[in-house]
Amino acid sequence: MSTTSVVEAWTEGPLVRYVGQASARLVLVMTPSGQVLAQHGFARAVDLMPAAALGAAIMASSGALAQQLGEQAFGALFHAGVHHGIHLAQCATPRGTLIVLTVFGRETSIGLVELFFEEFAAALKTAAPVDQVREPVLAKDFEADLNRSLTSLFRR
Amino acid sequence: MSAPHRGQPATGATGAPPARSAAGASTTDQLQRALDRISRVRGVRGSMWVAAEDGIPVAQLLMEGVKGKAVAALAASLARKVSGAAAATGAGRVRFVQMEAAGGTLLVAPAAQDLLIVALADSRVNIGLVRLEMIRAAEAALA
Repeated sequence: MSTTSVVEAWTEGPLVRYVGQASARLVLVMTPSGQVLAQHGFARAVDLMPAAALGAAIMASSGALAQQLGEQAFGALFHAGVHHGIHLAQCATPRGTLIVLTVFGRETSIGLVELFFEEFAAALKTAAPVDQVREPVLAKDFEADLNRSLTSLFRR
Repeated sequence: MSAPHRGQPATGATGAPPARSAAGASTTDQLQRALDRISRVRGVRGSMWVAAEDGIPVAQLLMEGVKGKAVAALAASLARKVSGAAAATGAGRVRFVQMEAAGGTLLVAPAAQDLLIVALADSRVNIGLVRLEMIRAAEAALA
């Protein structure tokens, strides 16, 4: 069964709509440090944690590469596989920059994912609370934050 | 206007230099010329070549206000679903898709090289003429 679960409630509406519109199989909304705010389609924490870490790492390394080339950042990354494609992009919200990892199959296309990602990014921007500034992630809090997020996402 | 040149197969949107036919026309020129012909039909608001698998525009000629990215993504999705329905019913390969809506008509014709040729028209368009140009372009431009 596909599930959607969120750590921060304001992400749920936009995420559910995006998953439906883009026919995405898996979606992960996270901060640039890999903290998960919302997910769709992951059944186990053990699958979600490496996906979040790798997604954040890919965005960080591509951002560094962009800077080397004199670009501020790359807009989105797309990898096409035989059975799955991944779309990785970031969006600016009042709660800070978020990274969205989308995994999709052959029932949809990168064109549709791109199209609906733009709407999703705009919806996140609108829904994000403006009066709460995200605290910087400190190494000493990281594990506790991660465990809290996973508990919230998987109710365990 | 002369008919499109017959040239080499498209190299795809990979950043490689465009293929050129013996007559010197690049693939991009061929695709653009086909769009010119379609867009000259009265009532056509835009035409585009779309990567069928990805739903991404390859070349486009659109009137202001037409959302090319959205049209490409949705036309490719429509073509895929119609092809699936045709296969399921034993109807064979889809040659042309016409979707009429209150505000206009979307026309899609599959072409070679995993491309679709897509046209967006308003209600006063001569569908037969656009269809003829699209099928001609689909058959000729990348032959």
